[in-house]
Amino acid sequence: MKKELWKGNEAIAEAAIRAGCKAYFGYPITPQNEIPEYMSKRMPESGGVFVQAESEVAAINMLYGASAAGVRAMTSSSSPGISLKQEGISYMVGADLPGVVVNMMRGGPGLGTIQPSQSDYFQATRSPGHGDGHMIALAPASIQEAVDLMWDAFEMTDKYRTLVMILADGMIGQMMEPIVWRHEQPVPEVDKPWAADGRDGDGKTHFVTSLRLQSPANEQFNLSLEEKYEIIQRDEVRYEEKGCKDADIIICAFGTTARIVSTAIRMLKEEGINAGLFRPITVWPYPSQQLKELASQDSVKAVLTVEMNLGQMHEDVRLAVGERKPTPFYGRTGGMVPEPRHIADRVREILREVSK
Amino acid sequence: MRPEVIFNLDRCKGCGLCVSVCPKQILWLNEKVTNIKGYHPSGITDQSKCIACGNCARICPDSVITVLRHKEEE
Amino acid sequence: MTQTQVVYERSKGLKDVETHYCPGCHHGIIHKLIAEVLVEMNLLDTAVGISPVGCSVLAGDYINCDFVQAAHGRAPAVATGIKRTRPDLTVFTYQGDGDLASIGAGEIVHATMRGERFTTIFINNAIYGMTGGQMAPTTLVGQKATTAQGGRDPLQHGQPMRMSEMLSTLDGMAYCERVCVADVPHLTKAKRAVKKAFTLQQQGIGHTFIEFLSTCPTNWGMSAVDAGKWVKSHMTQVYPLGVIKDITAKEST
Repeated sequence: MKKELWKGNEAIAEAAIRAGCKAYFGYPITPQNEIPEYMSKRMPESGGVFVQAESEVAAINMLYGASAAGVRAMTSSSSPGISLKQEGISYMVGADLPGVVVNMMRGGPGLGTIQPSQSDYFQATRSPGHGDGHMIALAPASIQEAVDLMWDAFEMTDKYRTLVMILADGMIGQMMEPIVWRHEQPVPEVDKPWAADGRDGDGKTHFVTSLRLQSPANEQFNLSLEEKYEIIQRDEVRYEEKGCKDADIIICAFGTTARIVSTAIRMLKEEGINAGLFRPITVWPYPSQQLKELASQDSVKAVLTVEMNLGQMHEDVRLAVGERKPTPFYGRTGGMVPEPRHIADRVREILREVSK
Repeated sequence: MRPEVIFNLDRCKGCGLCVSVCPKQILWLNEKVTNIKGYHPSGITDQSKCIACGNCARICPDSVITVLRHKEEE
Repeated sequence: MTQTQVVYERSKGLKDVETHYCPGCHHGIIHKLIAEVLVEMNLLDTAVGISPVGCSVLAGDYINCDFVQAAHGRAPAVATGIKRTRPDLTVFTYQGDGDLASIGAGEIVHATMRGERFTTIFINNAIYGMTGGQMAPTTLVGQKATTAQGGRDPLQHGQPMRMSEMLSTLDGMAYCERVCVADVPHLTKAKRAVKKAFTLQQQGIGHTFIEFLSTCPTNWGMSAVDAGKWVKSHMTQVYPLGVIKDITAKEST
């Protein structure tokens, strides 16, 4: 397979098209502008639909419509724009609609900054919109992984009729890395008998809606979501662990932060400190069971969370590890990116504290 | 020509729009009758005056009224 | 031998169910017109309606074609998503005045700007129905509402918005007509307008928009019959009936 040099945003857009995405609706916001720009040319070229919507609100509702009509479609934005999309996302959860949403996280809150951050973790994993409900959230750590995950994303979204979010950050969107195109074929199409794309032969109509005014029926629907999520939690957890076996300390990180942590781990190794990396790829469903097992090893003295926020994945780590081991935190936020040497400093500090 | 006006009484909400558009003014809301919903449904006072214009049926928001024209042929 | 002609019967374009609408509410009449046009144009199998947030949120339970329920005001965006990806479907939105002229003002302007090839059915009854009678962007000056209890005051609330005229300034608007169903001659004309809009949609020439002046007897505090009269006596003074824009009309020499 030939290596090609691609910019993250453009690679993600190209991957979506090759994976079978037929429509893109989006709006400019830094640091993901290259996605709508690339899509504006490449989508029509590939026979698909591109619309620059008037806002992120309009874009998510266009996605809702296309998805309701059974079309494979996506949108992208960055943190403030994802907030705007939350109503539409909740509607899609409430109507069991597939779709892919890319979030190139930037420093917040509010208008914040355009530099990378990971501070939308809660938003992505706790509740994508109002009400009970989840989306599958995938956190690539490299452009190659982001590209490969597009096939997973479109497959899972159609399989489970559940939104999939690609939770990336500005670094992934803006940097250039060599990648290979592992997939030659798009994700196979699935039958969508529920779609509002015309009556069935016997005149039966389809009504795509999230309105269930009778509370018992609405509760039933929410329970059906829960059933769906139990299957997803059972079958779709993805993670990577490196050197966690017999490690002195496990460092949990996702996305690009994991790569910075890897550098810190190499630095620590030279001093004889065995640090393992635990990297969730699905941040929802979270690989809690796997983390719990690794953290339970006798050798492990602490489980450190490193992320670009004030401590969001940290809560999932604490839930998984419980009282078994100390669960400290190190983070930078507001668009600042952690440095390997500071992570290494924090690890040394933790190991000193726990040995007291 | 013999007109026939049929009312689906239990669907009527007693809004009175049909009464207001009948050019022969032969429709009324019978206050002595209450349908299953508790409304006074509309009805026709004198079928012989009906010209089967269909106004009542056309304006009814609930499609309560069917208007037929029967033509006797030799 | 008797031959029977059906002058009028319930349309097959409607599901055979009761509606939740108030007695005399014009939604019922307007639903019928759309249903009849869809039947006459043989579009029931390929039409997709988009229902709003408002009294007509359940329109998909009444009209006998596929429906998608949209978030408040977002119907034009939802319709764009459907019509762009499935241009073979006949797509129409059904929106109230809060949905279209308040929260959705941005979406309808941009859908019209882009000349999106779906049809908007705009139900303007100058009030918020479902939520109990609050002021709408189209509430008339002096008209009372629960959030303007002394009546709409231009100094505080501005003048009402004429959506048909405003949107027709955009090149993307191909056909725009304002109608009402307050009596049989008007509803007959309104039905022709709906048919024209769907016909033009099939020609793909741009956005088609039919504004219905409608009633809310409950929140206007009137009988259904009086409400219909109020449309003609009061609403048409602010919102004139007729064709506002028709790019297919021949220029008069």
